[in-house]
Amino acid sequence: MLSRRDVLIGLAMGSGVGALGLPRVAFARIPGERRFVLVILRGGMDGLAAVPPYGDRGYQSMRGTLALPAPGQPNGVIPIDNFYGLNAALGPIAPYFKKGEALAFHAVATPYRDRSHFDGQDVLENGTATPHSTQDGWLNRALALFGPDARRAGLAVGQGVPLALRGEIPVQSWAPSQLPGLPPETIQKLAVLYRGDNPFAMALDEGAQAETLAETTLGDQRMMGPQGPQANAFAKLAPEAGKLLAAREGPRVAVMECLGWDTHQGQGTVQGRMADTLKAFAQGIDGLAVSLGPAWKDTVVLAATEFGRTARPNGTGGTDHGTATAVFLIGGAVRGGRVVARWPGLDGAKLYQNRDLAPTMDLREPIKGVLRDHLELPAEALERNVFPNSLLAKPLPSLVQT
Amino acid sequence: MGRFFALRREKIEDRRQVAEAPSRPIVMRGTVSEPASATITEAPNAAANAFSRLDQPIREIYLSETEARTLAAIGSETPLVERLVAFWSNHFTVSIQRGEIAGLCGPFEREAIRPYVLGRFHDMLSAVVRHPAMLLYLDNARSIGPNSMAAGRGRNVGINENLGRELLELHTLGVKGGCGQHDVEAMARMLTGWTVVPIAEPDGGRFYFEPRIHEPGPKTLLGVAYPESGAEETLAALAALSRHPSTAKHVAEKLARHFIADDPPPAAIERIAAVFQRTGGDLKEVTRAAIEAPEAWAEPLAKVKAPQDYVVSLVRATGMTPNDGKLLIQSLRMLDQGPFAAPSPAGWPDRGEDWLGPEALMHRIEWANAAAKKIGRSIPAEAIMAETIAPVAAPQTRAAIASSDDPVEKLTLLFASREFQRR
Repeated sequence: MLSRRDVLIGLAMGSGVGALGLPRVAFARIPGERRFVLVILRGGMDGLAAVPPYGDRGYQSMRGTLALPAPGQPNGVIPIDNFYGLNAALGPIAPYFKKGEALAFHAVATPYRDRSHFDGQDVLENGTATPHSTQDGWLNRALALFGPDARRAGLAVGQGVPLALRGEIPVQSWAPSQLPGLPPETIQKLAVLYRGDNPFAMALDEGAQAETLAETTLGDQRMMGPQGPQANAFAKLAPEAGKLLAAREGPRVAVMECLGWDTHQGQGTVQGRMADTLKAFAQGIDGLAVSLGPAWKDTVVLAATEFGRTARPNGTGGTDHGTATAVFLIGGAVRGGRVVARWPGLDGAKLYQNRDLAPTMDLREPIKGVLRDHLELPAEALERNVFPNSLLAKPLPSLVQT
Repeated sequence: MGRFFALRREKIEDRRQVAEAPSRPIVMRGTVSEPASATITEAPNAAANAFSRLDQPIREIYLSETEARTLAAIGSETPLVERLVAFWSNHFTVSIQRGEIAGLCGPFEREAIRPYVLGRFHDMLSAVVRHPAMLLYLDNARSIGPNSMAAGRGRNVGINENLGRELLELHTLGVKGGCGQHDVEAMARMLTGWTVVPIAEPDGGRFYFEPRIHEPGPKTLLGVAYPESGAEETLAALAALSRHPSTAKHVAEKLARHFIADDPPPAAIERIAAVFQRTGGDLKEVTRAAIEAPEAWAEPLAKVKAPQDYVVSLVRATGMTPNDGKLLIQSLRMLDQGPFAAPSPAGWPDRGEDWLGPEALMHRIEWANAAAKKIGRSIPAEAIMAETIAPVAAPQTRAAIASSDDPVEKLTLLFASREFQRR
């Protein structure tokens, strides 16, 4: 008898399993112990400030006042190798690079080449080359490959569900509430009232489930303090999300958001706004790792932004919307300790439109690599269902421990 | 108004308000409406005052401004105007995500938005772009032309294109409206010099045009050449953008999405855009076109209320006057829509799915339950239902409320019903 896995392999090899009388739709096995977290860094993160290519001869002159101090100096770059480093504010994730559990991609961009946040984020989340071309997100389409079993495998951390995780497969969302919980009878009665009004019925069902999970996992502590997707709230929410992901019956795929990257003015690359945001982000990732406990070894976190920023500082000590940037891959399952890039260089002539770091890697290359090798989704289904019309973006190999 | 019309009460009021609206912009107490045709003068006072008080707790200013705003929306005799204020305030978002402008958001809405919601789009746009809140929020205040007089001193100065971009992509033409990177850059160059008096100086915090930081030379925007003319360049551009068909379409689409449906019928968008074009952006007529569209009255109710709408409509439905606005602000924050706290310059999203995440719904029901507890036995759920959702209430909603014997649960079921959460 064929297992689901066999069916998938068969599909991937084009052996026409359908002819065997099996259902046309074949499902991958549910993620099991593997966990995947997408962190959406909204606002356009300056990749040259987060992961400075301090070894590039053009770096100092191109970045001007935004150039970071060299390794060894106060607030100096934390070297990853002799070319790339980390902004000192990312200190909390530096040990993960040392341990080989973190890597950065550089000069990465989605296929989007204009400079609107809102369209850029849409492309980042819809997985195509065009803004607003789908109603669902690539991560939900990936979940769909696991079939109906994927129900409740997905978790949005926050009150709403970001586009990346919206779609046919119902997902949960969770955010700490300061309000007293509801009597179960009221929820039951509302379930009757919502019958037939699908967005309400589904949201109530998933919401009540998530509530139950959160109560059993996190206790009934009503959390005070920062809420929402700001970076300081991310630092606080990520460890809570880690506990949910670690739970035996918990979700396996999560999306989180972290705001604060739109640094047009007074960027504060070393000290200030961007440094604070970087630090909160790194603390959140560290907290997530700690709270995942033994499950960290099965975890991959991908943190990506809609686009990078101008290579040169603008007139107000900041940077304007740009193109390519850095992306992080962190987790116990990551083969890290390095930067993966086809470095385009920083000379004026090598910049995209003489302005932005040139894109040499499609964001979907690393994503496909992770989905294929970590979540064990078949490459062929990734092409067909998850990232249609993206054949040129080949899955990057060897990103995770297998 | 008879109970028979209760279902449509708000919508009928909407119509009446448009019909009765004064033909000139509404001027609120303590604000000045400033027609765009005037040459650039100073921004109204309150903004300057709030700005000059940045040293004092901005939080207090923010709180009192937002409390007043929320209570005004609840107590208003003209709720449509309040809806429009919220809509346009969101279209021209300024946000406390930039903490330093938190004290300016209230004045921004009172001075640059509210006077014009039934006036001219061009006037509102002109007031917005010269308001210190916007100039600071989108970083224009310190954008300096690299070839300007002030740049000659070897300092590290240059253009910040944030406002230039959002002015085209969000405020007027829309991102599909046919502008490219060169247009963004041209707009940003025109806008150099539109800034705010440094706070330490007399009149600190007021808008003014500083020719010494203006980027000299001709600019080309949307294929049209603008000769060097200082502040007049932006004025001319704002006039052209206000007339542009893409702006009409963009505004029409957003209004239709707000008043009709998440995916409004293209025909309705076309009609509203045509009115915008024909009337030169007369927002009274444009609003009338939006709310008189037959599609806006179709059942079942198509729109899910965003938290602010939901909280305001719930309190209005009780007829009670809250004595503590702080609780309302806290409520809005708990429901993820704190006043003036939109995550980006694009403002709050306006589609049901953006507000119907599972956790968002749970929080909303929890909040409804908390509100129900506060009301307790003082008003029966049936009375509120009769004045609100009765004509559209599904049989199971009526049955559930009727069969419950706990007045708090009755109210919770009413407020959490899908009918009450839609509009």
